[in-house]
Amino acid sequence: MQTTRRILIAAILAILAVVLTPLAAFAEDESIKGRLEKIDGEEREPVGGVTITVELDGEEIGTAESNDNGEWEIPVPGAGTYLVRLEVDTLPDGVALTDPEKFELPDVSVRNNQNKTTRFNLGPGLTSGVSTYERVGSLFVIGLKFGAIIALSSIGLSLIFGVTGLVNFAHGDLVTLGAVIAFWFNAAGGGPRWHILLAAVPAVLLVAGFGGLQERNLWRPLRNRGTGLVAMIVVSIGLSFVIRYAILVVFSGLPRPFRDYAIQDDIQILGITTVPKNLAIIGFTAVVLALIGLFLTRTKLGTAMRAVADNSDLAESSGIDVQRVILVTWIVGAGLAGLGGVMFGISEQVQWDMGFKLLLLIFSAVILGGLGTAYGAMLGGFIVGVAVELSTLVIPVEFKTAVALAILIAMLLVRPQGLLGVRERIG
Amino acid sequence: MNSDAHPLARIAPEPGVSKPDPILVLDSVLRAFGGLRAVDVNHLEIQRGTITSLIGPNGAGKTTLFNVLTGFDRPEAGKWELNGGPLVGIPSFRVARKGMVRTFQLTKSLARLTVLENVLVAAKDQVGETFFGALFGRWRHIEEANEERAMRELKRFGLEHMVDEYAGSLSGGQRKLLEMARALMVEPEVVMLDEPMAGVNPALTQSLLSHIMALRDDGKTVVFIEHDMDVVQEISDWVVVMSQGAVIAEGPPAHIASNPEVIDAYLGRDHGEVP
Amino acid sequence: MDLVKILIDAGRTAVGVPAAAYALSSIGLNLQFGYTGLLNFGHVASMLVGAYGMAITVDSGGPLWLGVIVGIVAALILGLILGVPTLRLRADYLAIVTIAAGEILRLTVRSSWAAPLTKGIFGIQQFADPFFDVNPIPVGLYGIGRFRFDERTMWVLLLGWGLVALATLFMWKLTRSPWGRAIRAIRDDEDAALSLGKNVFGYKLQSLMVGGAIGALAGMFLAIDQQNVNPDAYIPLLTFYAFTIVILGGPGTLFGPIIGSIIFWFLFEFLDGFMTAAVLEGWFGDVLDSTDIGPIRFALFGIGLMWLMIYRPQGLFGRREEMLIGEQ
Repeated sequence: MQTTRRILIAAILAILAVVLTPLAAFAEDESIKGRLEKIDGEEREPVGGVTITVELDGEEIGTAESNDNGEWEIPVPGAGTYLVRLEVDTLPDGVALTDPEKFELPDVSVRNNQNKTTRFNLGPGLTSGVSTYERVGSLFVIGLKFGAIIALSSIGLSLIFGVTGLVNFAHGDLVTLGAVIAFWFNAAGGGPRWHILLAAVPAVLLVAGFGGLQERNLWRPLRNRGTGLVAMIVVSIGLSFVIRYAILVVFSGLPRPFRDYAIQDDIQILGITTVPKNLAIIGFTAVVLALIGLFLTRTKLGTAMRAVADNSDLAESSGIDVQRVILVTWIVGAGLAGLGGVMFGISEQVQWDMGFKLLLLIFSAVILGGLGTAYGAMLGGFIVGVAVELSTLVIPVEFKTAVALAILIAMLLVRPQGLLGVRERIG
Repeated sequence: MNSDAHPLARIAPEPGVSKPDPILVLDSVLRAFGGLRAVDVNHLEIQRGTITSLIGPNGAGKTTLFNVLTGFDRPEAGKWELNGGPLVGIPSFRVARKGMVRTFQLTKSLARLTVLENVLVAAKDQVGETFFGALFGRWRHIEEANEERAMRELKRFGLEHMVDEYAGSLSGGQRKLLEMARALMVEPEVVMLDEPMAGVNPALTQSLLSHIMALRDDGKTVVFIEHDMDVVQEISDWVVVMSQGAVIAEGPPAHIASNPEVIDAYLGRDHGEVP
Repeated sequence: MDLVKILIDAGRTAVGVPAAAYALSSIGLNLQFGYTGLLNFGHVASMLVGAYGMAITVDSGGPLWLGVIVGIVAALILGLILGVPTLRLRADYLAIVTIAAGEILRLTVRSSWAAPLTKGIFGIQQFADPFFDVNPIPVGLYGIGRFRFDERTMWVLLLGWGLVALATLFMWKLTRSPWGRAIRAIRDDEDAALSLGKNVFGYKLQSLMVGGAIGALAGMFLAIDQQNVNPDAYIPLLTFYAFTIVILGGPGTLFGPIIGSIIFWFLFEFLDGFMTAAVLEGWFGDVLDSTDIGPIRFALFGIGLMWLMIYRPQGLFGRREEMLIGEQ
């Protein structure tokens, strides 16, 4: 039985060999071959366009480039021990040797009539191959972008806490709302299909308006009733469910990108690889944050806002219309959260619970910087964004958000008032 | 008020003067908010068994000093002692257990506890207050004794007819009384009252004053913050004046009323609150 | 629309496994929130550590009873770790840290890093066989008409409502004691409690830990019923089910969590049945389809939570005077 099968298989192989010989140019005599695959977790992807060189005693025997299936083959003159080298600089972006030392295989022995298979282990570029500077640099840029989104989304939460004492657990859902409204104006079937930068305008305005409505019709009446802090927080949780699941009904659970800037080619700046939209988000946010800074320090309304956040009784007695200041804070804060949502959507995709997922990072940022301070939220946002991204250098990506919590708890232990907050006065 | 036999009668009326039998002694206590020195007291002694009132304009640091002394706030520097035992760094609840109990300017009644519960909760050494004591301990007989004592305190403050009411349903003045009854249940040596007369109608003021004097007669030491100079004149044995965090004068009430520095401190402020 | 059928199904849920599980879970939260005033938004985390503590112990070859002890101890430790950094701070900080910790815990259990122990996203199954092996209830259906349970469900319900009864007895002993009075004092005014010599931090920590242990029991009970633990079941929503139940039944009342849980699950299930029937009969035309029912139910749940907190913070049957919750 066994022998018959072997003979049969050999026969089939022989026929195949005859038929395929004209196609496989190097299938005769001796050769060294291989297949380049990038292995990233469960995913395997052939890597083409990479140059491989074979040497014998320091002399180049042949060279080849891997095809689209990642395959390459180099004929060699006969049996012997060869050196096989992968030309690292021909690796495409995002692909690198899992062990950067092993770009040369010095002792590849080939027997007579053997098509020797060799193997180079390739993985995602960030884990190795790329220089530390590039890895840290590109993560830093991603971190700054993420930080910009967190900062934008945090300011409102922090300022609203400052003027009313409320920690708004529905704040993350304002972020989602901004992204979803922008999506409607930008990409929805029945929408006007505006460019995303244009679509951002009604998104921010509508979320700002929604913030104002919330304050007028929900939070102000509750404050006037003398509702306590704890009760208000629970109400905000209820509200977050209402907004989030209403969005789920309307938007559905499918994550979708905006029509613009969804996919961009990498660019190189100062040796760092990134996509242009990251830089645009960072730059644009920097301008917005600077404007907020000017608003808070140079305008009457802004200084009033800070005064109320500092001491609302004192502000009231010095003639500031506290209720109006709170209303403006809600409008501005919600608008900024909506803007953060648009940025988040450009950076990634629009999803019904994106804001709620961001909420934890927003909290970390706000507590790190100092609850109640606008600048603290900005600073905290950037620190958290960068720390979370850079952490992936040393710990598994799954624990990215855990880093934010670690920052939060460490801060509560060491300096609960945050980096820019002041120690609270009791009594 | 002050007979010649009074122990403080021969004490020189100057800031930081030492007293024959001090129960509370402060040294170089500093509490600053940013650049503002809210409390900056060099040396101060409180005589045992007297009523000492703490006066001064708004923002003089009186309440902050109370907070620091009772462990509700932490100063930047300084030390203070109760009965010779240091209190620096002792958490507020331990300060209370050591015999110094305070009340608050805005009354803090335990709204959803009954009046009786409000007083009972203040009792010390109840084994049923520990977790395992509550489950397995024999706390009922202690509770009965405490109830008897609580009823005595409530009767003293005229609240015995409302023992089963929620404290939240009491009037402002009744809450002040309840707060004092509660503080006494801790069996303190020193009672620190932060503006006990604030927001109380004039009819009740007299009764509150007599309660405070009764405390002294029981041998307790009373320190209280007050704005009303008439009240201060009427019941205090000694007056300490604070301004901008520091003690600027102390002495018997009659002496303080005529002290030009004190008058300056009050009139020099723009709050317009002339005592 | 078969309204009777919908009502009966809702009624069955209201005395069934979810009602028992959340009554138990809410008893734990009631100790923390209702009696002590702690805003624990990460209650689901104690359910998680309870269930996983038990499942992992059994999965690594330990007996079920040991798993239960491990689960409880794990919840006590969790309370300690969460409480120490946060309980000295204001209520909102505790809320933030606990909701975050719950999510982090879920992500950790889910991660490939922890998978050797937790089996990652697949979870652990079939760990409660010893419990079902000793089911003394004869095979059969118990109840009237549609309102029936099989012997397996009856056995689970016996455990569930038995635990609820025990926990209630425990709470009765605890909250009627001076210890219970002290934590209520802390809930009403922390500074006042401090000024009267109460170790506020110690009480809060005890309350957080003990409430967490009761939550862990609830988590274990649910896991036993399902013979399954899976990280994605332990989402923050579960915490807010418990919050709604506590407020519905009246925070700081002995039987509140039980009454709250029964009402909550009745309404929740009724809403589901009613809306499903309504969609099937085309009441909403093309505006809504059956996949929208879940989200709408949660949105209504949010509205319900807001309404309760604003208009009936003392619970559906609470007294007016108790309205003063959290108000100055």
